[in-house]
Amino acid sequence: MLSHGMKQAGNISLNHLQGVIFAVLNPWVAIGILLLLAFFATYMTALSWADLTFVLPATSLGYVLLALVARFVLHERVSPLRWLGIALITGGVGFIAGGPEITTHPVESLPFDSVQNRSLANEDRNAAPELHIATKGSEKI
Amino acid sequence: MRSLYTWSAILAIVFASVVGDVLLARAMKQVGDVGALRRRAGLGVVIERTLGNPSFLFGVLAMAVAFFSLLFALSWGDVSLVAPAAASLTFIGNAVAAKIFLHERVDRRRWIAAGLVAAGVALLAG
Repeated sequence: MLSHGMKQAGNISLNHLQGVIFAVLNPWVAIGILLLLAFFATYMTALSWADLTFVLPATSLGYVLLALVARFVLHERVSPLRWLGIALITGGVGFIAGGPEITTHPVESLPFDSVQNRSLANEDRNAAPELHIATKGSEKI
Repeated sequence: MRSLYTWSAILAIVFASVVGDVLLARAMKQVGDVGALRRRAGLGVVIERTLGNPSFLFGVLAMAVAFFSLLFALSWGDVSLVAPAAASLTFIGNAVAAKIFLHERVDRRRWIAAGLVAAGVALLAG
């Protein structure tokens, strides 16, 4: 639903950006920008949980939703070639959905580290920010 | 000549958005699990950490470059060429870049997925 909303919003705000650049006060543009921000926030959240090569194909389901909305809500004609496109995207997303969503360690590591050093360094680096935040949080309270 | 301009602009879009996506993904891996961080430290810390991450800022900059390259490409070429070409090449480029720079394990399953989605997007956007 979010990606469908964001796709619609993206189209709306893009049209307006080309036509009336300074129409930021237009409610449609304002809604478009808000939805784009919401898309961006959820996209970044997803990237914090999963690989880029997992998130990116998954968000392309937005194209499929857009085509389905065009067909069933706006009653536009969707050509057979586009149905094939929908099938390809759906199949591709199904392919990665069956696999692991993350293949790297949560924290980026130096490429020349050995595997053992890398995981150790990651544990250290993971532990440090948690401590830092814990103290920060308690100060606020 | 015009098609050379269009394809240069398309390549610029693909390059900038791949750089942007890789930098954003890298930034979020550095920030860590957003849900857990929010429960521990609150939404403010999540936003502060994300916006303060250099990779994030450069990623957004690269996305802005990609957007303006898109405007250039659209002024030179047809949207029915620019949109599918840029979108599908970005998927392939991202798979390559994620493997090289983010050290993601892009196995055969993911290559096939990237190829299928790129082809599908090319058909849908065209």
